[in-house]
Amino acid sequence: MNDSAIRVRGLRKTYGSTTAVAGLDLDVRRGETLAVLGPNGAGKSTTVQILSAQLPRDGGAVTVLGTDPAGADRRFRSRLGIVSQTANDLLELTVAEVVRHFAAYYPRPRDPGRVLDEVGLAGQAKQKLRQLSGGQRRRVDVALGVVGNPELLFLDEPTTGFDPEARRRFWDLIRSLAADGTTILLTTHYLDEAEALADRIAVIAAGRIRASGTVADLVDDREVTVAWRDGAKTTDTPTALIAELSAAHGGEIPGLTVTRPSLEDAYLRLTGQETAA
Amino acid sequence: MTTPNALTIGGARGVVELKQFFRERDSVVFTFTFPAVLLMMLGSVFDDAGAAGVSGGQVLTASFAAAGIVSTSFVNLGSALAVERDDGTLKRLRSLPMPPVSFFLGKIVLVVVASFAELVLLLAIGVLMFDVALPSDPAAWLTMAWLFALGITSCSLLGIAASSLSRSARSAGAVTTLPYTVLLFISGVYVPLQTVPDWMADVGAVFPVRWLAQGFRAALLPERMAAYEPAGHWELGKAAVILALWCIGGLVLCLTTFRWRSRLTR
Repeated sequence: MNDSAIRVRGLRKTYGSTTAVAGLDLDVRRGETLAVLGPNGAGKSTTVQILSAQLPRDGGAVTVLGTDPAGADRRFRSRLGIVSQTANDLLELTVAEVVRHFAAYYPRPRDPGRVLDEVGLAGQAKQKLRQLSGGQRRRVDVALGVVGNPELLFLDEPTTGFDPEARRRFWDLIRSLAADGTTILLTTHYLDEAEALADRIAVIAAGRIRASGTVADLVDDREVTVAWRDGAKTTDTPTALIAELSAAHGGEIPGLTVTRPSLEDAYLRLTGQETAA
Repeated sequence: MTTPNALTIGGARGVVELKQFFRERDSVVFTFTFPAVLLMMLGSVFDDAGAAGVSGGQVLTASFAAAGIVSTSFVNLGSALAVERDDGTLKRLRSLPMPPVSFFLGKIVLVVVASFAELVLLLAIGVLMFDVALPSDPAAWLTMAWLFALGITSCSLLGIAASSLSRSARSAGAVTTLPYTVLLFISGVYVPLQTVPDWMADVGAVFPVRWLAQGFRAALLPERMAAYEPAGHWELGKAAVILALWCIGGLVLCLTTFRWRSRLTR
């Protein structure tokens, strides 16, 4: 039994003269939840589409669930769940109809009624997709992605347009799928979502992985910023600096703040979007 | 692990295709009833008893039976596929564990049901408004049956091929409606073939509509009306050969041009 769910080496993809993915390496273990973070156009969706056998690649070696997705057959596809970025189809069918219909493609589907409960759409079961709000529509896409009881679930920006409550429910659903052993690859713009759900995070920019690891791996917490009324300093020994400043000010330091780097700081640094503040 | 078989999934696709088609009010009101509305209007304008005691409405009913099934196969399927390629339906279906043949089985179910309903609607208009007498000869019904089968097969395949020409959902309707309308003019549907310039009629004679329309006239009109056809007889054998050739040609075009993804989307 192989422990690797996804193994990618030197993946390349170009659209005409645009290079979307430029030598990307990625590993996802079975049962792991990996969040891929990156700005628009970084190559997140292209990578997801290649791994989920929706798009051919131009180069590199890819193994997904022990198979090369370039030769995807039905059996391989039935082990995947895919929630793509935008979907505007199936408008004339009801929520219950599409979830039941999609279950019929898979050898071991989940119960459609339970899936509707889990994504919080039980109350909209009889509504046509045309009548749903953006967030509700997105939840239908998520339901269609999980109804086949996938071993590996691809979620491409799944919570765009969700309200905070729906987002929390969605997080609970993803956590319960992960607890059942589903491997999950999630792309997102939301750093809190990546932090809340992922075992590991990969930061992608310009078609390459810039860094990957746990939040603690990515965030360099030796760079603590100590700021006070008359200045600011980045240090790996903030306590010593504060003691020094306190002595200099004769006790209280006016306007003291101590800031540890956040995932956001790490993300902006890695994707080269650091603002010159 | 039991994988659902292609036929079961194809049946489920057929149900979903029919639900989507008949629930979409625009497609039912405007596309599905379009040939019927045209027949009612043109038939009423030209309803005077014409040649050999057969009224314009009766001739038009026969010709529109052909136009109707071309509309429900070529026009509907071609524009629906272009829309589905653009809105991501095809891309999503391709990513499912669905055998491609099941997708086309679903489309076949839709085309057969919609075309049959269209044919019934047009014949009903003919009977109720223009005193069309439905044939009592089983041979005429057999003629209509093979015309129906060859007609929707060839035109569906051509519709699938034409859908690839359309670059987006917005142009989908035009890409199939323009050739459809032109062909109705030069194939003796809107106006009798004798009034169409020879070179136009020659162009029309290459395509399926002309032979379908002539065939339905053979099945639905009295034998003496054959004198008004360009050859002076119904040419049913020639019609069958040309429609069968279009089935083969259409299949080749489909196999070489069909795409699941839009050229413009990633």
